[in-house]
Amino acid sequence: MSTEPGQEFRVALDGVYLKRGDRQVLRGLTCGFPRGQISVVLGGSGCGKSTLMRLVGGLTRPDSGVVRVAGEDISRMSNRRLFSVRERIGMLFQGGALLDSMTVFDNVALPLREHSKLAEPDIRAEVSRRLVAVGLEQVGELYPRELSGGMNRRAALARAIVTDPEIVMVDEPFSGLDPINVRRIEALLVELNRRLGITLVVTSHHLASSLRMADRIVFMVDGRAISGTPEALLQSDDERVVAFLEAEKDQSTEDYAARTDAFPVAGGAA
Amino acid sequence: MRLPAVERIGFKSQLFVDHLGGLAVFTLSVLRCAFVPPFRFRRFVDEVFDAGVLSLSIVCLSGFAVGAVLGLQGYDTLVRFGAEANVGAMVGLSLVRELGPVLTALLVIGRAGSAAAAQIATMVTTEQLDGLRMMSIDPIDFVVGPKALALLVVMPLLAALFILFALFGGYLVSVMLLGLHGGTYFASLESAITFADDIVPSFSKALVFGALVGFIATYRGYTSEPTSTGVSAATTGTVVTASVCVLLFDYVITALWGI
Repeated sequence: MSTEPGQEFRVALDGVYLKRGDRQVLRGLTCGFPRGQISVVLGGSGCGKSTLMRLVGGLTRPDSGVVRVAGEDISRMSNRRLFSVRERIGMLFQGGALLDSMTVFDNVALPLREHSKLAEPDIRAEVSRRLVAVGLEQVGELYPRELSGGMNRRAALARAIVTDPEIVMVDEPFSGLDPINVRRIEALLVELNRRLGITLVVTSHHLASSLRMADRIVFMVDGRAISGTPEALLQSDDERVVAFLEAEKDQSTEDYAARTDAFPVAGGAA
Repeated sequence: MRLPAVERIGFKSQLFVDHLGGLAVFTLSVLRCAFVPPFRFRRFVDEVFDAGVLSLSIVCLSGFAVGAVLGLQGYDTLVRFGAEANVGAMVGLSLVRELGPVLTALLVIGRAGSAAAAQIATMVTTEQLDGLRMMSIDPIDFVVGPKALALLVVMPLLAALFILFALFGGYLVSVMLLGLHGGTYFASLESAITFADDIVPSFSKALVFGALVGFIATYRGYTSEPTSTGVSAATTGTVVTASVCVLLFDYVITALWGI
């Protein structure tokens, strides 16, 4: 697996180093996310996936290295200028980050009310459409504290995409979701990408859905990245990639064994 | 053993200066949002309701109790010198010049200041402020500014109410309970207090305290660590720092301008 030369990256990190306290989180991280493609960032817990998201959003500044978003180096950019770059990015945080003082509907409507010139009826129609898309049409008037974790994240996804940004960063969209909602969110993300050509960057632990939806995989290990297509990832002989894939396979098998132990299949070969 | 101690003092001093600089920059950013669009009038009104209207009951009740005690103590003391006719002046002057603004500030710190710090710190912990930044909405403009400015505005109004209820408490005790003539109480009060020398300085003091509480509470919340310990540190830090600052500034204002 390697970085393809000459590919146009909408988001790119080059030689990024970042230290948190005494821990060196990123050690010369270099990777890119091509325009109009779905890139999935894989890696173990604490490998820096969420940090990568924050770097791209300009919420964390690197100690050294360059972070380019839509062609602009944002690593030393002033906060004022960052606000204009962020208008092109939608971000779904791992915990949702919905404002708990507002209803779900108002949360999703907030970016439109702040930045668009749409009339209120148009805003309401647009927000309703997005809530239907994430399967939350019934909960618009509820507050985030009244939703489950999975519903919270789906509402946050609706908010992240409501302005049709050209780049959408999605941090762990599948964790805590049931299989039906995993499929629903996966289909929604793929549709966004295919229909609107949005550049999607998704971090995930969920190997199966990652392999299904990704055009490109960025595998993070030891503060660096190994990039390539999903096929290249599966055929990689890099021992760190192989170890991760094996661990995922073992986990799935263990989960299945645990389930069949707890609920023996009727008529099974017992 | 001496060197580490010196180093520690140096480190603490540097941290203190850092915080002062941070607070100054933060204060300027908050003030800027009061004068530069977009104006968040609706959010400001909501915050005034939270900080002001919801504090009414404790401010009025505390004011009444403080005034009643002042009436009682004032009468007991002055009657020894045959000067009980001056109870109104004593209660009024001590309330308007000193106790009104200071005690209101301490009450507001406990109720609204700590709540503002805790709410902002929780928003830091749950990435709500980062969520706003990613929507190109400045959290200082959207969350912090309305809260700080609301605390600044409600403080003089609450102090005025505190003083009013305290004067009423003093009147009830000294007139209804202890038998002082009502006309005497109000005549002494009226002759002792002047608008320019007492009311305006009292209002100014409350305004300064409002600014102190508003900026300290929101700064502590905004700069808190994104953990549950960070939230509790921001809350207790607000109560301690703001209370001490109010008392220190009260002395400085009184000593410098004699109010």
